[in-house]
Amino acid sequence: MNENISCNQSKCLYCGGCVPICPRNSITLRETRIEIDDSCNRCLLCLRICPVGALEVLEAKA
Amino acid sequence: MREYDIVVVGAGPAGSMAAMEAAKQGASVLIIEKRQEAGSPVRCAEGVGKEGLLKTGIKIDNRWIANEVKGAKLIAPNRITVELSSEHAGNEVGFVLERKIFDRYLLCEAARCGADVMMKSSALGVIKDENGIKGIEVESSDGVHRIESKVVIACDGRESKVARSAGIDTKLKLKDTESCAEYLMVNVDYDKDFTHFYVGQCYAPGGYVWIFPKGDGIANVGIGVLGSKIGKRTGYPKELLDRFIKNNREFEAAKIVEHMSGTVPVALPLEKTYIDGLLIAGDAAHLTDPITGGGIINAMVSGKLAGSVAAKHVYEHTELSEYEKLWKKELESALIRDYIMKERFVNMSDNTLNLIADSLKDYRFSDLGMGGIIDAIKEKHPELMSELEGLI
Ligand SMILES: Cc1cc2nc3c(=O)[nH]c(=O)nc-3n(C[C@H](O)[C@H](O)[C@H](O)COP(=O)(O)OP(=O)(O)OC[C@H]3O[C@@H](n4cnc5c(N)ncnc54)[C@H](O)[C@@H]3O)c2cc1C
Ligand code: SF4
Ligand code: SF4
Repeated sequence: MNENISCNQSKCLYCGGCVPICPRNSITLRETRIEIDDSCNRCLLCLRICPVGALEVLEAKA
Repeated sequence: MREYDIVVVGAGPAGSMAAMEAAKQGASVLIIEKRQEAGSPVRCAEGVGKEGLLKTGIKIDNRWIANEVKGAKLIAPNRITVELSSEHAGNEVGFVLERKIFDRYLLCEAARCGADVMMKSSALGVIKDENGIKGIEVESSDGVHRIESKVVIACDGRESKVARSAGIDTKLKLKDTESCAEYLMVNVDYDKDFTHFYVGQCYAPGGYVWIFPKGDGIANVGIGVLGSKIGKRTGYPKELLDRFIKNNREFEAAKIVEHMSGTVPVALPLEKTYIDGLLIAGDAAHLTDPITGGGIINAMVSGKLAGSVAAKHVYEHTELSEYEKLWKKELESALIRDYIMKERFVNMSDNTLNLIADSLKDYRFSDLGMGGIIDAIKEKHPELMSELEGLI
């Protein structure tokens, strides 16, 4: 699992809208759950496209 | 290991049409859908043109028509309303569908024509060797399977991961993607005979707000905002939609009964929609109309062509490239024209939209035609002509 982005399940409507925006193909919609793998490079494009603001940046580890 | 002539991924309008057509022509077909039911949850405003729907060859069935509309109303930032009859309003005007029923109906038709169906099964990626695509890897409740086929048809919608697994770039740019939030609402005070489009940066930066009436005070109420225009200052589309609903009296007594979201490609079509053993149709190939965001009919048209060419490839060794030629003949010129128009529209100022609306408010589009529109603008606001050059 990636340490960059998390999906807030209480907001996400599992529309898959973020999937094709990701330049690294890190996002997969597994029916009702968004999974982000560790190829994510924190470009944050997915945060900008999500219609309901469900994606959040995780604080970088110290 | 199982084997089919053709495997279709995705049971949306593109996939079901592809499977239906290929099965009709006698091919052995499997359709794979990752959701547990087709068409649900809905990610659509459900508007289609009547002409377009008839062109797909599907028999119109009242079970999936919620409402029929006479035209569209475009509402400018200054609230001046311009009325379009359905011939001019394009892809989204005519019927408002019930996609939960419509998508399931198309899937049932495909199955009736002989296609096998695997629900709750996700395509993980294509199987390929040096000669091209050989089938697909699928995960279902009982594990991962390899399914061989002569042709895979990728109809997996905007996610478009199947083509991506085959090495085709299906990424979307922010500037070519509308981010959409939508509610199904009840007790909306509207004119049931018209779809309503609120157009202007003040409503929806680089997009529009829609009210698509489904009858009995029920409506799809949604917003599309261009990805590149969303930022901390604008807020995300759902917040903008909430604000719109709060500020408009049509919604005083209205209640939300369903939440929806989605994104729409408003891009140019993929540069390549086939490779050896693979065809790509519908949203997966970015065949949505870039101005209206309507994609149901283009998905059906391209899906049907893909199914037909795939079956001919199996039986008569027709080249798969034939598919690209055929969909381009049907759809390409309008898609390119509307992409150019969209590039201009998304940056059009509210002032310009207000003046256009002011020029046209005393006419009905059905009486005008394109030449008449230009004349009307020229007469009232000649200063707009240079800005609109090449657009109308
Ligand atoms: C908010 C919104 C409003 C819209 N309004 C309109 C409108 O009013 N009129 C209009 O014409 N169009 C509209 N559209 C566009 C329209 O919904 C799409 O163009 C249309 O659904 C495209 O059909 P499709 O078959 O290509 O893809 P989809 O309908 O998206 O179907 C793709 C299917 O593939 C499945 N799938 C995806 N990945 C996999 C996988 N790996 N394995 C198995 N299955 C998979 C999905 O679950 C889905 O069922 C709207 C879109 C949005 C987001
Ligand atoms: S775009 Fe947002 S709502 Fe849609 S699947 Fe991605 S995180 Fe969820
Ligand atoms: S931050 Fe960028 S790389 Fe990471 S998941 Fe989002 S879009 Fe992909």
